[in-house]
Amino acid sequence: MPRVGSVPSLDGEGKPIWVLLELTYRCPLKCVFCSNPVDFERYGEEELSTAEWKRVMREARDLGAMQIGFSGGEPTLRKDLETLVAEANELGYYTNLITSGIGLTSRRLAALKEAGLKHIQLGFQSSDRQTANWLAGVDSFDRKLAMAREIKAHGFPMVLNVPITRHNIAQIPEIIELASSLGMEYLELANVQYYNWALLNRDELLPTREELAWAEAEVAKARRRLGDTMTIFFVIPDYYEGRPKACMNGWGSIHLTIAPDGAALPCSQARTLETLDFPTVREHSLEWLWRESPTFRKYRGAEWMKEPCRSCDEREHDFGGCRCQALLLTGDAANADPACSRSPHHHVIQEAVERAQAAKAGSGTLIARQGGLASGGGGA
Amino acid sequence: MTDQTNIDMAACYSIHPTFLFRWEASQDAHVLLYPEGIVKLNETGGSILAHCDGDTTVTAMIDALATCYDAKRDAVAEGVVKFLEVAHAKGWIRAEPRR
Repeated sequence: MPRVGSVPSLDGEGKPIWVLLELTYRCPLKCVFCSNPVDFERYGEEELSTAEWKRVMREARDLGAMQIGFSGGEPTLRKDLETLVAEANELGYYTNLITSGIGLTSRRLAALKEAGLKHIQLGFQSSDRQTANWLAGVDSFDRKLAMAREIKAHGFPMVLNVPITRHNIAQIPEIIELASSLGMEYLELANVQYYNWALLNRDELLPTREELAWAEAEVAKARRRLGDTMTIFFVIPDYYEGRPKACMNGWGSIHLTIAPDGAALPCSQARTLETLDFPTVREHSLEWLWRESPTFRKYRGAEWMKEPCRSCDEREHDFGGCRCQALLLTGDAANADPACSRSPHHHVIQEAVERAQAAKAGSGTLIARQGGLASGGGGA
Repeated sequence: MTDQTNIDMAACYSIHPTFLFRWEASQDAHVLLYPEGIVKLNETGGSILAHCDGDTTVTAMIDALATCYDAKRDAVAEGVVKFLEVAHAKGWIRAEPRR
């Protein structure tokens, strides 16, 4: 899950210190930028049981994991969420819940607090009701707002996570005001990364260079005004950086995602790498999956790199960028991430940026997350 | 040295509730865990935070650490105050209200 602020300030020394459990791909929302697989329906019948998740958490803790995220889909759709959080807390994890807020109630929040949940990240689409409901594909704004207040009332530290696209970037000042008035500790203005549903909708979502520059200036103003009361994360999309992101701090370096069916993934987008096999915790121990499996070894370290990465002086810093983005946009996951200006494929990024500059917001059609869309594994 | 600091020698500091401070065997170190982040502490940092229990004044903490490390009190005091300043600025600790 390549997100701002998610890389711990610690070298994992070969340990999966950050484990993300995607408890289910089911979700009441239909977000146009959803990062779940386009063929998410395929996995509905195969979700791990409570006992299987507990085993995964124990094995990951034995491997040195310290941070755990309960994510999805919408993790609150799992009735055993409180049981799993309690077990994780018992095992010594710092427990994070990543939720849309739909499915939470005051009673469940109290139970989660009791179970030892430490922190909640609430996904939010916009400060404007109409925009928010439209981006999420269902009427959810009022419910989310009520839940944000309820979460604070229960005393949880909280991150408001707002995926940023050209459809809400102009609302950033209002979004900051809203987050501040709700008493958030952190606001993550997370420019959408273009995989899965977001990649299908990229031409309609990617902001322009001017919009990003304006938004950055607004964030800087707000930081000066708010001081230490709220931390605002804002990172522009890698399409505009010229440098690739140090994705997951390197493949199989510190991060381990377990998909709803138990597949072990180096990140939640990795399933887009159709050339790789993703064995599950039902077939193997987590130790084998992390240390020995061909999938985790494939892009670990620097041995796999081709030029220009192989001889690049920044390879230890950015690890050649994102393997999924390299595959989706260049056809080979071992190529340099085309977000890098040194990549021979960088023109595909520049062309997408040019299309974004030329497009008028709202002129095209957005594809809402939905069932029945055949897996294309790539951008349309 | 300590007269220009915002650290109150008579105050008791505690770990801010957003953070979880504990020993982590797999890292052979104390760690601070917080939303989406981890800080691995060196030995002295870990020892200082272990005394941020909401019940020990900075003065008492310095005495205890000076004894524990068999070190000069002035040197320990300087190191402790510097570390507490950083920890306070990062929001890891807060002063407990006077009783």
